[in-house]
Amino acid sequence: MTFVSNLINGISLGSVYAIIALGYTMVYGIAKMLNFAHGDVIMVGAYASYCTMIYLNWHPLLSILFSIVVCTILGVVIEAFAYKPLRRAGSLAVLITAIGVSYLLQNAALLIWGSTPKIFTSVVNIKPLSLFGGKLTITAESIVTVAACVLIMIGLTLFTQKTKMGKAMRAVSEDKDAAELMGVNVNTTISTTFAIGSALAAVAGVLLCSAYPTLVPTTGSMPGIKAFTAAVFGGIGSIPGTMLGGILLGIIEIFSKSYISTSLSDAIVFAVLIIVLLVKPTGILGKKVTEKV
Amino acid sequence: MDRMVPYPSNSIVPERDVDKRPVLETHHLGIDFGGLTAVDDFSITVGRSEIAGLIGPNGAGKTTVFNLLTNVYQPTRGDIILDGVSTSRKTTAQINKMGIARTFQNIRLFANMSVMDNVKIGMHNSINQNLLSAFTHGFGYRRSEKASRDEAMELLEFFNMEDVAGAEAGALPYGAQRRLEIARALATHPKIILLDEPAAGMNPSETAELMENIRRIRDNFNIAVMLIEHDMNLVMNICEGICVLDHGKVIAKGSPDEIKSDAKVIEAYLGKKKEADNNA
Repeated sequence: MTFVSNLINGISLGSVYAIIALGYTMVYGIAKMLNFAHGDVIMVGAYASYCTMIYLNWHPLLSILFSIVVCTILGVVIEAFAYKPLRRAGSLAVLITAIGVSYLLQNAALLIWGSTPKIFTSVVNIKPLSLFGGKLTITAESIVTVAACVLIMIGLTLFTQKTKMGKAMRAVSEDKDAAELMGVNVNTTISTTFAIGSALAAVAGVLLCSAYPTLVPTTGSMPGIKAFTAAVFGGIGSIPGTMLGGILLGIIEIFSKSYISTSLSDAIVFAVLIIVLLVKPTGILGKKVTEKV
Repeated sequence: MDRMVPYPSNSIVPERDVDKRPVLETHHLGIDFGGLTAVDDFSITVGRSEIAGLIGPNGAGKTTVFNLLTNVYQPTRGDIILDGVSTSRKTTAQINKMGIARTFQNIRLFANMSVMDNVKIGMHNSINQNLLSAFTHGFGYRRSEKASRDEAMELLEFFNMEDVAGAEAGALPYGAQRRLEIARALATHPKIILLDEPAAGMNPSETAELMENIRRIRDNFNIAVMLIEHDMNLVMNICEGICVLDHGKVIAKGSPDEIKSDAKVIEAYLGKKKEADNNA
């Protein structure tokens, strides 16, 4: 039973990674940049939800909605002020800017909320599910997280396949200049991508803190890096690949925590990444792009 | 009585366009890259339903002209007037909306998307739907989705590609990819379509089909076509007006017959007669 319970915890943690990783993968696919501030948007989302629940006594659902709105605006603002002016600059300049934005958000949070950890109250007020006469307990958070992850994946897939904006995103991700010459507004498309990615970050932040309730200004950075790892692991730029990468990473992390060593779990996670990339440099489901010469 | 010609008389405009405003005019267009002048003093007029050719030796600046017309490069000097409106300070996407569409020298389709979706991207600006309607699949969404599908299908039928609508664009044979690029450009409802070396890599029978298609595009959609091409047989056969570019400057403008016998053009393509004699 421990195995099953570990597996469920792994899938649940992995679902959070997957939701975060989708933000990385969409932005990377469309704007061809690594938005290292993405992890800190998660933290802002969690604080937004925390504050409205604790200080204003809002209903958890309302606080999630508020958190989504805050993060969406934050994402679009970050893109407009920090990344858009660098659209024609080298990728290194954008990368360094992203790291700068990440530190800016962390330190702004430190200034506003201080370094004392806040204890996040779970947004899910449902009793854990008890199976096999109490031998297996599944927390409601796990179920909600996995369900959210599945819903988001279905929603995003439909969005990119069926809608005009989704098609524009795929076109921009394949060839930005050609898309622009076909009348696609590349700036609007990139802004929308940031909006969607950041909205997902808010959901991930709330779910993450519901399961692991300690909230500090650096809460987002480790999950952010792991989600980025998950995106690369699964194949950055591919939505199903990113999902798979996130869930596998969660499972690997939980299993190494319970069967090998708690303190070594992060090292194991990154070691797995290195091995996968050595064997398959494009990630598990990443497409190999061959440039015709 | 003399007909009033509302634009420079040195431009070659087909009879049917003579009393209409030209679709495209450029005035002293130029661009410098660093200290190098890539295109200079480029002034042309293209009639509403003209098939115009832009020719010249390699490196003459022909593709640069296309990039200037679509604002991929910002002109250093000069004006571009599309259907009476200046395109300066317009973005590439806005210029496409105003009516200039193009294809590329090396095919740039959205290779991982279906043939149908490639055409639909071209129709991007005319499809009216939003996120909510797509999820609810409401009446408006279904109607606009059906209308865009029908229109895209019509375009594919025009190029005999209706059977491959669901195929991945990158998997099509070369000639079909070239046709799809033109279909995608036409889907943006242009007033003028710019074709960058449409016959590159084609065999004589494919080139003949392309020539037929270019005429059909002009006649069916009633738009202007401007093409860059090295295949002189194609250019001389279908172009009504030809502009010859060498080292970024216009060295000749005129009808195919005038261009064929122009001393400067012959010199640009074959070298100076004297030098050739001396070298021999």
